[in-house]
Amino acid sequence: MSTITNARNIEDLRLENLVKTFGDFVAVDDVTLTIPAGSFFALLGASGCGKTTTLRMIAGLEDPTSGTIKVGNADITRLRAFQRPVNTVFQSYALFPHLDIFENVAFGLRRRGIKDVTPAVEAMLELVELAPMARRKPAQLSGGQQQRVAVARALINQPDVLLLDEPLGALDLKLRRQMQIELKRIQTEVGTTFVHVTHDQEEAMTMADTVAVMNAGRIEQMGHPADVYELPKTAFVANFLGQANLFGGSISGRDGEDLVVATHGISMRLPSSRNSASESELLVGVRPEKITILDAIDVGKIPTGNNVVTGTVTDVSYTGVSTQYLVEAPWGQVLNVFEQNVIVGDRSEVGDPVVVHWAPEHTFGLGS
Amino acid sequence: MVVGVATTGGTSIAPVAQRRSRTGYFLLLPGMAWLGIFFAIPFVTLFMTSLQAPVEGSPGQYVPALQISNYASAIAEYWPQFLRSFLYAGIATLLALLIAYPLAYFIALKSGRWRSLMLVLVIAPSFASFLLRTYAWKTILADESPITTFLNALHLLPDGRILNTSIAVIAGLTYNFLPFMVLPLYAALERLDPRLIEASNDLYANPITTFRKVTWPLSLPGVVAGTLLTFIPAAGDYINAELLGSTQDRMIGNVIQTNFIEFRDYPIASALSFMLMATILVLVFTYIRRAGTEDLV
Repeated sequence: MSTITNARNIEDLRLENLVKTFGDFVAVDDVTLTIPAGSFFALLGASGCGKTTTLRMIAGLEDPTSGTIKVGNADITRLRAFQRPVNTVFQSYALFPHLDIFENVAFGLRRRGIKDVTPAVEAMLELVELAPMARRKPAQLSGGQQQRVAVARALINQPDVLLLDEPLGALDLKLRRQMQIELKRIQTEVGTTFVHVTHDQEEAMTMADTVAVMNAGRIEQMGHPADVYELPKTAFVANFLGQANLFGGSISGRDGEDLVVATHGISMRLPSSRNSASESELLVGVRPEKITILDAIDVGKIPTGNNVVTGTVTDVSYTGVSTQYLVEAPWGQVLNVFEQNVIVGDRSEVGDPVVVHWAPEHTFGLGS
Repeated sequence: MVVGVATTGGTSIAPVAQRRSRTGYFLLLPGMAWLGIFFAIPFVTLFMTSLQAPVEGSPGQYVPALQISNYASAIAEYWPQFLRSFLYAGIATLLALLIAYPLAYFIALKSGRWRSLMLVLVIAPSFASFLLRTYAWKTILADESPITTFLNALHLLPDGRILNTSIAVIAGLTYNFLPFMVLPLYAALERLDPRLIEASNDLYANPITTFRKVTWPLSLPGVVAGTLLTFIPAAGDYINAELLGSTQDRMIGNVIQTNFIEFRDYPIASALSFMLMATILVLVFTYIRRAGTEDLV
């Protein structure tokens, strides 16, 4: 294992005012961010948001239109791909079909003129649990095994930064969960900085210690997954990272630490510290799992101070772990409500008049 | 699933499977018939002719015999033309590879929307007859042609001319069989996943190493197919040597033709044809084995 663990200092990856345009299209629009050494960083966004272009610029496979890329204090912007201390796990793995697993993994070491590659390759194959497959060709491996070869092939070079481009996209759901845990374990073991590009928000939150949500070439919000999820700063983030119920309204007053917002003829409260809107017009939001659903007659059980919406159930989906309700509010908006299936057999039915409520501290405010 | 069928269905499943496999043989019939009538039978006839003995006193008349000495005398008399054929064909194949590889690489990976047009341009010369094209080269390489004049001005031609030299024959062979080199190379390179080149770059391989370690090995099936498709017809060709070469440049195809048409020495001509075929077969198998691409071709 000693051949793998990094003894040297890993340094921060810094992107400064990075821009990439293709003709008139701005793929990456002035991105500045620091990815701390040794962190597991996820770039999250829908397809076409610029996340893959950003990754390819870090890898050296795409030239930035402007801006700089630094590892520590070293400017690597103008270095060619083969000169960078960065390795990539490609989306479709891009394993060399004419080489066996051993030679695929040894490829980078051999190119750097390292004579005896066997111990390092064997240790690496051990780490990804593929030692018995060393002499097979990539085509003889399953998707999950190919994926681990791709990781091993990149990681053996002890890069300062490991880039992962949708590495689990081709795997089925169960294998994907398994590989998420596996990748996280490997990252903890080797301590290299991982930059992971994905459109799967659950994958990003499971693995990363920092997520950056990208939209239209810009970073919308960045932080610890729980912080970004619990307190989104824009409507895009609120909707992309999980689901959100958003209500348009305007600030009508203050009550101690809380803001009072008038929305659709009712008032809602949220702590002023959880409001990121600068104007008095704002969107009030709440996550579906923070909402409790009650029969309309049980309205008296709601703790005082909670935000309350009455409505009618329009859809019920039982998903095993939880039940997902769609509740239509009097003004026509449909709310998403998740209820844990703690009590069996106590579900609301379609058409039931219900009342939903949630605590102000679970509410957030966004600029509209 | 097979087990399930076997235990419940028993024998009833067998005729279906048999009928299905028979369909395949029916589809093979036309091809097999063609091969039998136009290859296998002439092949046997050719072999038998190669062993015939002349009739005393009447030239051009032969009787069935087992005269194996025909082969020995054919080799003894024509081995220089044999060697020359393989030498010329070999050089032409190598030149065609050097010209075709960059071209095929460009068309496959860099041509974008011009790809179809460029492929048509590669094949376009084939719309004119082989003979006509070779006659055109006679003009192109003629003693007073711009090319010859230009090269002479630079003192690059040892004989002061191109036409009627081995250079002209090899040039003609290279030109005429170039499309057979370009197309298989293009097919192989077009299948090459550009992400493999990116992966190689990402793994510290500079462009030259990437070519040596990734692009070239992955294009080997195309290289093998292209060299075979060029070498085999070039080795048996006689038009280029006939029209562009001197009597010093005669290839085995010319010898066979002369023996058949002019000398009417059918046994010798047949023996030469047979040996040409056998030699090419041996060379091809050795080559494929050496290239280590049995599973790729």
